[in-house]
Amino acid sequence: MNMMSEAAVEKALDKKMNDISYKMIGKDVSVYYGDKRALYDVNLNVRENTVTALIGPSGCGKSTFLRTLNRMNDTIDGCRVTGRITLDTDDIYDQNIDVVELRARVGMVFQKPNPFPKSIYENVAYGPRIHGLAKSKADMDAIVEKSLQKAGLWNEVKDRLQEGGTGLSGGQQQRLCIARAVAVSPEVILMDEPCSALDPIATAKVEELIHELRANFTIVIVTHSMQQAARVSQRTAMFHLGNLVEENDTDKMFTNPDDQRTQDYIMGRFG
Amino acid sequence: MSSTHIVSIYDEELKYLSRRISEMGGTAEQMVADSVRALVTMDVALAQKVISEDVILDNAERQINDKAIVTIAKRQPMAADLREIMGTIRIAAELERVGDLGKNTAKRVIAVQSSGMPRKLARGLEHLAELALIQLKEVLDVFATRSVDKAKAIRERDDEIDAIYTSLFRELLTYMMEDPRNITPCTHLLFCAKNIERIGDHATNIAETIYYMATGSQPEGERPKDDTSTSVVAADVADASE
Repeated sequence: MNMMSEAAVEKALDKKMNDISYKMIGKDVSVYYGDKRALYDVNLNVRENTVTALIGPSGCGKSTFLRTLNRMNDTIDGCRVTGRITLDTDDIYDQNIDVVELRARVGMVFQKPNPFPKSIYENVAYGPRIHGLAKSKADMDAIVEKSLQKAGLWNEVKDRLQEGGTGLSGGQQQRLCIARAVAVSPEVILMDEPCSALDPIATAKVEELIHELRANFTIVIVTHSMQQAARVSQRTAMFHLGNLVEENDTDKMFTNPDDQRTQDYIMGRFG
Repeated sequence: MSSTHIVSIYDEELKYLSRRISEMGGTAEQMVADSVRALVTMDVALAQKVISEDVILDNAERQINDKAIVTIAKRQPMAADLREIMGTIRIAAELERVGDLGKNTAKRVIAVQSSGMPRKLARGLEHLAELALIQLKEVLDVFATRSVDKAKAIRERDDEIDAIYTSLFRELLTYMMEDPRNITPCTHLLFCAKNIERIGDHATNIAETIYYMATGSQPEGERPKDDTSTSVVAADVADASE
């Protein structure tokens, strides 16, 4: 057995604590929808292999921020983003960035499960195919199986891969969407209220999944459920009126937050 | 707390818990005061009253815990609310223990009444009880005001009680060495003194809990201790009394 001295363990732990590597760095990020400003100079870094929860009341800018991370805002007319967001060292708003490739690296799962009107197999295989990730049918089969396994859906669907994805239950559809996101081997997965349309059991399965996915992916999740943020994340960021109010360890955030606005929001109080 | 919850019933549930704690505190305070008065005046009837009142605190603690559990399940409290409810549960337990200690003192009144008590000793016990009661009363006031500074001050004052307890301990030992017939009543009185000293500890625990409820962090540093009775030996006492 490898016995480490107490001091050595302490040192290793310290090193781990100090070794925070940021997967994505957002610097002075502002977003405008036409004349309306939705985000004000947000500085928020996303830690690698960590679940970061974005919370805040409706219209606070948390989904807007989430969407800047894979340029989903590009699809909205009149939307303008300023500031700088990097994925590893790449500026994702650089002119030379291929947005399709960016979205393969930063995948997304939406509020409502939105499987393609195709078979379960095709739902998962679609991404890898357009990105040319599989060289053969066997390759693709392996990717589909692995992705469905990662999404905790394999055992439930392995005998009916050719059936339609829309025939699954809501919770299964959402996990299918997660499998679809996972299939292109992204580095970051963005989730926009992934459980708000699911029942508590399906929610628990997705939360369990988030916990497992964290080992291989960096996850940013927007949720209206404070309890969910407390359960699934390690870091929590609180938004209010387009500002980042506080970002902290989740444990601290839900027991003793620094900011009064966070306190009022998570406790369900009037400000 | 300045702001109120969007769900107003939630506020009422929290208010209920804090009102019940204040009530428990009042009962515990009265029981302790009565038990000490029963002891120094050898009032058996008053002692019986204290003994019968303990069940009030037992029931109150149970009701507070039940309500707290239901509130946690229903509201899933966060941050200060969560600390408030957890603190309430802890304080209820402390106050229930204070009631037990008062009851135990009251029970001993019956055992010591036949032998009487030296005036000097009674004064010592009264003084000890006075200090413990002040601690208890102040900590209950702090519960109402949530003053962090006062909670800290109470915590730092427990050593006065400890010091008097140690001197009573020596005194009782002296009486026992003087005349073996004193051993039975003095042993009971020793337990009574210990009971009262423990009440001071519980008040201190409550002060620490209130500090945590208000700030979200534990008070720093060890609490001051001046209970040296654990190291008092007969030889010391004999030397001192010569």
